[in-house]
Amino acid sequence: MSDVVYRELTAASLASRIASGNMPAVDSVRGSFAQAKEIGASREKLNLILWSDEDLALRDAEKLTESMAAAGAGGRLAGVPVAIKDNIATLGLPTTCASRILAGYVSPFEATAVTRLRHEGAIVVAKTNMDEFAMGSSTENSAHGPARNPHDIRRVTGGSSGGSAAAVASGIVPIALGSETGGSVRQPAAFCGVVGVKPSYGRVSRYGLVAFASSLDQIGPLARNVDDAALAMEIIAGVDPKDSTSSDAAVEPYREQFISPATAHPLQGVTIGVPVEYFPETLDSGIRKLCERSFDLFRSLGATVLDVSLPHTSLAVPVYYIIAPAEASSNLARFDGVRYGARIAGSDGLRGMYGATRSDGFGAEVTRRILLGTYVLSAGYYDAYYKKAQAVRALITNDFSTVFNNGVNVLFTPTTPTTAFPIGAVTDPYEMYLSDIFTVPANLAGVPAMSIPIGREASLPVGGQIIAPRFCESMMFRVAYALEGALGGDAHQ
Amino acid sequence: MSVTHDDVKHIADLARMSVSPERLDPLVNELNGILAHMEELEKVDTREIERVAEAAGADGIDSTPMRSDSSGPLLLLAPRESFAPAMRDGFFLVPRLATHEDAGDRSP
Repeated sequence: MSDVVYRELTAASLASRIASGNMPAVDSVRGSFAQAKEIGASREKLNLILWSDEDLALRDAEKLTESMAAAGAGGRLAGVPVAIKDNIATLGLPTTCASRILAGYVSPFEATAVTRLRHEGAIVVAKTNMDEFAMGSSTENSAHGPARNPHDIRRVTGGSSGGSAAAVASGIVPIALGSETGGSVRQPAAFCGVVGVKPSYGRVSRYGLVAFASSLDQIGPLARNVDDAALAMEIIAGVDPKDSTSSDAAVEPYREQFISPATAHPLQGVTIGVPVEYFPETLDSGIRKLCERSFDLFRSLGATVLDVSLPHTSLAVPVYYIIAPAEASSNLARFDGVRYGARIAGSDGLRGMYGATRSDGFGAEVTRRILLGTYVLSAGYYDAYYKKAQAVRALITNDFSTVFNNGVNVLFTPTTPTTAFPIGAVTDPYEMYLSDIFTVPANLAGVPAMSIPIGREASLPVGGQIIAPRFCESMMFRVAYALEGALGGDAHQ
Repeated sequence: MSVTHDDVKHIADLARMSVSPERLDPLVNELNGILAHMEELEKVDTREIERVAEAAGADGIDSTPMRSDSSGPLLLLAPRESFAPAMRDGFFLVPRLATHEDAGDRSP
């Protein structure tokens, strides 16, 4: 790579160079590992990566080169290095959810989303750090220690897909996979200044995603720009016979050339709703100003911007922290030291082994959520907590349906109430939960949402969130492309 | 509603977790702290939604059709022995049940 700098290439341009023979796939892999070394992605500094193997990745690149020569063509991600969150199964590679209970576990199968990326020529170069079992908003709850934000190493990356977001932000990979349950792609995307997508519930196969809360979980891509995120979504979206919750609704095109009118006013006829509940008086004034700049740009692009109300927004966090731990307490019952993962003998036969394995294997936040979830599902409390939360969840879903059924095409909000906070600064569990306040509602309602960079506040990235009706990812991307284009360099200043 | 020491011991038992004595007090405080925020939900009138939820389905989008009720081969590309803590003759090995209560049901 004499004339091009790896870290500045998008996935789309890397793939087209490699597929056309203008760049060897091994150079792309070497570029990724060189960048990881240069920025200090390892445990000693940013602590973004739990596993990587340059020799294996180079062999994958050589195999790809041979198969492209034989086929006479390359895939849409030919030779593109990708990073995968460590709760997404990668065949023959460690998949540990950043937990002691899965230390050393090597997956004997692969997630469909990863298989689809590989089928297009992507090369897995890293498994990324995360909050243990995706439970957290800062990537501080990792058994391997906190990940650090490349924009300021004293601050968190956000979470739980913090390693994936920071690996993209620091130029190690143009695309990474994360997973969402309550904002775990969008929130770290906002904190790290990259694009992060939470697809509609059912849009992307979850086969091979270690289950946290099954009525909420989705795999989603992180990328440096909207186009790479759209490209990744086009590849990973769609029905999968291995995941009976994946939808067979047709996958629309997401990339700009297919969805955006090539005019000076690409949002002509689009109505963008601004939910007043996402702009409380206490909202950081810098974040508010950057959102207002985005509204002005939307208008200049031809869109109508109007205030709307989602009256049950404030209930989303309490609802989420009943439903998600309840489902987690059930899903995480499988980690019992019997079939896979760690086993601690304990002192008292089978029950002792269960208790010792689970108590030693799970960290503090995972333990807290399993106990909370067990409590809200236990006899005498089920109706008061879990059943009530499900009913309020329906009200939250109805809030979205009402505005979308009344002519609003997408909603625009801040992704997070603050920028990245210092490592160790948030110690109260509920205060940490509130950092998801703007992202959780979309998960509860099953609608797609994404975060894109809209500027900087005190030199830290700020994300703007676009929320669309279920399976209307095309409209969401159309608005994202337009805003990204209008912001230009201001998105990162 | 407020969580007690006994509640935490009980739910830890249900969840097959052992909680050390020094973690008991902090956990009681943390769980009560979190659950206090959930009380807001009690004030919400959900009678209408409960009735609707019983009558209809979810959001009306029916795009996850039933798959055929058939089984295929388990798609593992590595033998169970490569990841199981203990196996013999194709079976997972577990420690013996220490007491009669371990057999599960404690109800009379």
